Amino acid sequence: MASAIATALPARPGHAPTPRANRDPAWARWLLTAVALAFLAFFLVLPIVVVFAQAFAKGGAYFLAAVREPDALAAIRLTLLTVAIVVPANVVFGVAAAWAISKFKFTGKSLLTTLIDLPFAVSPVIAGLIYVLIFGAQGWFGPWLIAHNIRVIFAVPGIVLATTFVTFPFVARELIPLMQAQGTDEEYSAVTLGASGWQTFWRVTLPNIRWGLFYGVILCNARAMGEFGAVSVVSGHIRGETNTMPLHVEILYNEYNIAGAFAVASLLALLALATLVVKSAVEWRQTGSA
Amino acid sequence: MSPTALPPRRGTYPPSFRTMSSARSSRSILPGFGLSLGFTLAYLGLIVLVPLSAAFLKTAGMGLHEFAAVVASPRVVAAYKLSFGASLAAGFVNMVFGLVVAWVLVRYPFPGRKLVDALVDLPFALPTAVAGIALTSLYSSNGWVGRWLAPLGIRVAFTWTGVFVALTFIGLPFVVRTVQPVLQELEPDIEEASSTLGANRLQTIVRILIPQLMPSLLTGFALAFARALGEYGSVVFISGNMPMRTEIVPLLIITKLEQYDYRGATAIAVVMLVSSFVLLLLINLLQKWSRRYHAI
Repeated sequence: MASAIATALPARPGHAPTPRANRDPAWARWLLTAVALAFLAFFLVLPIVVVFAQAFAKGGAYFLAAVREPDALAAIRLTLLTVAIVVPANVVFGVAAAWAISKFKFTGKSLLTTLIDLPFAVSPVIAGLIYVLIFGAQGWFGPWLIAHNIRVIFAVPGIVLATTFVTFPFVARELIPLMQAQGTDEEYSAVTLGASGWQTFWRVTLPNIRWGLFYGVILCNARAMGEFGAVSVVSGHIRGETNTMPLHVEILYNEYNIAGAFAVASLLALLALATLVVKSAVEWRQTGSA
Repeated sequence: MSPTALPPRRGTYPPSFRTMSSARSSRSILPGFGLSLGFTLAYLGLIVLVPLSAAFLKTAGMGLHEFAAVVASPRVVAAYKLSFGASLAAGFVNMVFGLVVAWVLVRYPFPGRKLVDALVDLPFALPTAVAGIALTSLYSSNGWVGRWLAPLGIRVAFTWTGVFVALTFIGLPFVVRTVQPVLQELEPDIEEASSTLGANRLQTIVRILIPQLMPSLLTGFALAFARALGEYGSVVFISGNMPMRTEIVPLLIITKLEQYDYRGATAIAVVMLVSSFVLLLLINLLQKWSRRYHAI
């Protein structure tokens, strides 16, 4: 309450940025800043630097060869295919869930919101396991699938399902608070002026949520491309067929092809850095305009 | 709003705005309720709820004796001890250092602060397998860090410490991102009042600041702990995976699956699922508590 009032008031003129009483002594500021930066340097900067150092340890030619090798290309293709299915599916779900939750009142809403977040609380390995229990050879639909010669586990559909589960909440949890904060006034106006439901959505709601949606898509995409545990359980690690990029990294690493593993890993690390850049850009844009 | 398993985004929507719109009560004239809710429930059911129930139904068919025999076997208990112990330790370290990082990012301006702030999210964005091989390479006995520790007799890779290091890495953003927005909204007046009334800086921090930050600190700790419990990719490379010693629970589930022991794998998974759900409930309660705390 008080904070809302405080931000509405103009900054107190003639005051130092921080009141003197709240200033920490210089040695404490230096010490704490040094501790924080050292901690982050150790745990964040070193790992990312070592990825690129190892990737180019045997030179640029070796790096290119490792990335262009047929199995690596197949892994990249499979990862892109998975993302191309999973991200749109979770976007449609996220928008639908956010529309229902933010624009209407109904009982069980908070339970529904909790259930949408459930996949975050489940270990990726368990996310893979549950699909094996349903579609695996010994699973519920196993015998039927075998009889009809359909492969889900150790094939692409299993990889897509497991990735969908793991990235399930990303778009929805970005859009729900955003659309709740925006309220329903603009949509009411549109409908009152005679717009149809879809017109209202495309012309009023979507422009309002586009940055939040973009943000959710970025996070969903990063996780979908990098998912390891869940995919590891359902993929079967068939080279050139059911290996995604992270699984390909694992195989190369376990074969002691360290430079090759890090070469493919560096592509994923680049993706992570690009995600951070775009994410920060969206955040700065929003705090700037808010 | 929703229970966070990821830290909330900072500074986007003023809280007053939110309370205004949720205070509205009216019957909606907007279309699409049936369609959107129907699709949401169907998708949620098919992708999440039905598959998760498969795990519980599978163990329900096991019988209590078989279940207990699997879950209480020495190798499984050792894995639980490792997973819970290392996750707790990593969560605790992240609580301490996360508070320091959040404090420095909010209170002390320094050049490059925005860059450092953006970098905090790296463990969310970096694929876990990449983190796993990078940490292993750093901490193995000839790695950049490991070679300095080896002469001191400290081994990190392929030991308990290695598991702990990996779990600290992946839990790092949680405490920072839950504490940071609370720290930004703290009233400087309370701190001023405290010092005007004669408290020294340390007393102000311990008696005034820490209690206000406690709910978000605990939430961040619980989130980091929950994430660490289920983590697989970043740990398997650095842990060495020795049964009874450095085998985490998710790995044990995969091992059982590879031996076609589906019932065993599922029994272990159900214990993990129940722990995760209890944690999720706890995090929800913590967030309700912290919202009430800050509403005053």
